[in-house]
Amino acid sequence: MTLFQVLLQMVLALVLAPLINGLIRKGKALLQNRRGPGLLQPYYDLLKLWRKGTVVSRHASWIFRVTPYISFLTALMVSLMIPMITTAVPLSFFGGVIAVIYLLALGRFFVALAALDTASAFGGMGSSREMTVAAIAEPAMMLSIFSVAITAGSTNLSQVVKSTLQHQEQFLNPGHILAFAAMFIVLIAETGRIPVDNPATHLELTMIHEAMLLEYSGHYLALIEWAVALKQLVLMTLLVNIFFPVGVGSGFTAASLATGLIAFLAKLLLLALAVVLVETSNAKLRLFRVPELLSVAFILALLALASPFIF
Amino acid sequence: MGLEQFAVHLLPISLWAYAVSAMASFALTRFPRMASLAGFSGAWIGALAGCWASFTFLSRGTSPAFTLLPAATPLVRFSIQLDPLAAFFTLVVSLLGLAISIYSYGYVTQYYGVKNVGSLVGFFNLLLLATTLIFCADNAVFLLIAWELMALFAFVLVVFEHEHPEARRAGMLYFVMSHIGVGCLILGFLLLFQVNGSFRFEDLHNIGAQLSLSRRTAAFFLFFVGFGIKAGVIPLHIWLPAAHPVAPTNVSALMSGVLIKTGIYGMVRVFFDFLTPPPVSLGLLILAAGSMCALLGVLYALVEHDLKRLLAFHSIENIGIILMGLGASLMFISFHQPALAALALVAGLYHTLNHACFKGLLFLGAGAVLHATGTRNMEALGGLIRRLPWTAFFFLLGAVAISGLPPLNGFVSEWLTYQALLQGFGATQVAVRLIFPIGGALLALTGALAAACFVKAVGITFLSLPRSPHAERAHEAPRSMLFGMATLGLACVALGLFPMAFLPFLDPVTQELLQQEISPQLIAGNGWMLTSLSVERGAISTPGMAALFLALLPLPLALWLVFARRGRHRVDETWDCGLDRLTSQMEYTATAYSKPLRMIFQAIYRPRRRIQADFAVSRYFTKSIHFESHIEPTFEQLIYRPVNRAILRFSRSVRRVQTGSLSAYLFYIFVTLLILLLWERTR
Repeated sequence: MTLFQVLLQMVLALVLAPLINGLIRKGKALLQNRRGPGLLQPYYDLLKLWRKGTVVSRHASWIFRVTPYISFLTALMVSLMIPMITTAVPLSFFGGVIAVIYLLALGRFFVALAALDTASAFGGMGSSREMTVAAIAEPAMMLSIFSVAITAGSTNLSQVVKSTLQHQEQFLNPGHILAFAAMFIVLIAETGRIPVDNPATHLELTMIHEAMLLEYSGHYLALIEWAVALKQLVLMTLLVNIFFPVGVGSGFTAASLATGLIAFLAKLLLLALAVVLVETSNAKLRLFRVPELLSVAFILALLALASPFIF
Repeated sequence: MGLEQFAVHLLPISLWAYAVSAMASFALTRFPRMASLAGFSGAWIGALAGCWASFTFLSRGTSPAFTLLPAATPLVRFSIQLDPLAAFFTLVVSLLGLAISIYSYGYVTQYYGVKNVGSLVGFFNLLLLATTLIFCADNAVFLLIAWELMALFAFVLVVFEHEHPEARRAGMLYFVMSHIGVGCLILGFLLLFQVNGSFRFEDLHNIGAQLSLSRRTAAFFLFFVGFGIKAGVIPLHIWLPAAHPVAPTNVSALMSGVLIKTGIYGMVRVFFDFLTPPPVSLGLLILAAGSMCALLGVLYALVEHDLKRLLAFHSIENIGIILMGLGASLMFISFHQPALAALALVAGLYHTLNHACFKGLLFLGAGAVLHATGTRNMEALGGLIRRLPWTAFFFLLGAVAISGLPPLNGFVSEWLTYQALLQGFGATQVAVRLIFPIGGALLALTGALAAACFVKAVGITFLSLPRSPHAERAHEAPRSMLFGMATLGLACVALGLFPMAFLPFLDPVTQELLQQEISPQLIAGNGWMLTSLSVERGAISTPGMAALFLALLPLPLALWLVFARRGRHRVDETWDCGLDRLTSQMEYTATAYSKPLRMIFQAIYRPRRRIQADFAVSRYFTKSIHFESHIEPTFEQLIYRPVNRAILRFSRSVRRVQTGSLSAYLFYIFVTLLILLLWERTR
């Protein structure tokens, strides 16, 4: 039974992750009066990459070859540890929200190392920028999650969701809303969206994440792209489920799973729409303006925690 | 003699092994090979005995107590008594001493015939001896004597390569700072002495309440400064990044791994054992100081390109993280939350042990790099993963551990710290509780910056192309060095994957200081899960994560088999934008890597740069460019230099009294005598 639960969540995460990218791309295209690629395009891309051959730099070491696996597996592990459609997540006891964030950091650590491995200046540039943005996003992310975890009295994500579900009046609590806003900014930064990074560009002056992957090809690239999509799904799930756990089932019955799934998809769709709006209505920020944006997130999260003293 | 009785003799064996092998290596100075063999063998035998002794004590509680030398005066007793706290720190020093001694066989070969190896080995042993004595001493005078000896031996080792002016300067700085610290400690212990006229620890337990408020506050500050200097707490840290890198690497590893922990030991001993109950403000001060220390330490590490200096700054960072645990624990004691206090203390102590392991490992790795290339400058390294594959692997392991990434040991202790801080918010209602989540956020920032710093350190040093001929000609370290690193690497993995097996050994410590045994509450799921007091509040399972990783591994491998196996897999050049060939000059440098963070935190760094260009004909034809980039040593500039100047100015004005004429001096003596007599009269 437990195994089945884990497998179900794994399949859901693996299948859903690329779809979110497709949704966001389609949404952006529509807002820009383009028809855009189909929703399933990210799947075709992945399949194509899996089948392609690879070119690996002769300067690269074993770290370059191991990294895609570490990146993919940490992202997949994390997606098994968070509640998506039900709070009955057997693996949530392997680690709470702090472990989730640190496992993602482990994946990033290796991707940033691999970027330096090929002796390409682009890789170094991307690696340096990615670690910088991640570092300054981290305190805001932790603080906003702390504010929810403290209310719930737990860092176990299933417990957090259960506790928030029981106190639905919390949704209008100013602290809750402030923490949500902070986390949304962090989501934009962590998933490399405009205005922090542009996932659609390959211009050396502006790219952050893509610069790190420049030397990757074939199935290595497929693994990393999939990992990135999974990470995006995980962060979006955290955002929708720990702040607004409406519809998240508590048991493991077909009915609760179905409602959970529908609610989950609807919430993700809304969030993706918000991301589309932000991406379309903003220009990319200069790299050195990004800290300002993230300090806004930090202040918001801090206010969220201090809100019991203020309001 | 049964094993039971034998265990009691282990600690004396360990101490005598250090002492005898030190004497042996001094005697064998003329035969460096023999000196190294005798000295380091004695060192690792002593360290092994020390490990065994402290483990036996922590698990069974049979306390060895004995007197080392006959008492010189009633106050000075050279008596030794292990208590749980002392045993834990003895374990830290012995574990690290064991790995470093083995490593040192190979490391000191480079000094044969060049330097006096006998004295290096001898003082290394004496340093281990003095450090162990600090932890085991059972009275304040003995502790101070051992403390002073440790400072002296460490000084000798810092200036071991005294032909470099840098080492002499660092040695002096260390010497001066260390004595300011000792001065504070002497004053502090004298304050405690006044309470019941004893320096013995058993008479000093819980005497905080008997001191008047002003004396207590004075004692707090004296001890904080005194121990803080040794621990390298910012702004008392300036000696640390100067002294640690210039010492021979085996000594640097010992200094960063253990010596600075004597400061932590002192703080725990005095603040948790003697000056109890602590006021809230003390915990708050230590927590705030720890957070700042952690953040500033990692920020300064980021802009460092000297591999060993970078690691030294990370020691400051980790001392900060340890202090966060201790500070939170003291606050919980004031809030009457004994279980939380024990959790925070365990977090701090576990990080102390973990830091000793991964920092020792990283220093040993840096030593292997130095041994192979002769340089500590990262900008001249690169590509070493091909030439030193094992060193690179161990260094990477240490880097992952120190960045607090799962599943290694740094993650476990940082997780415990997070949990203590998080639950602190609910422990009280006063607004002071905001410090806990802010501390947590700063810890998150510190962790992420540390990860950035170690991507830089590993990436620039070991990956891509070699940046100098030294790096091209590098060779793998000898086997003894690899074995030393492997020992610590194994410790990092074991302490990360199986904290549940180790944490019960901390129970006697928390029992002694806080009357709490919390490992039963921390361990759940048949010993596979680590909780923060209860499963509902949060749990992790590092073995579970590792198992899950392995269980999921077949998935991408299967996909590879199905789709990618038949593809064409080539090894070719890195994309070089159509140029002829990629050279090492085109790589990203360490300076460039930290540039974005240098700009973001420029309020702290205050970077300066100077560019000087020589032109031929016009501005467009540059002949040569000279580029300099510095960051301002803020603390030296803002605190130490003004103080230094003021002292010098004062000394100059006092010098007028020193006329050189004998009659004037006799006159001074006469006046002083008169004043003293008058004062005595009026009293």
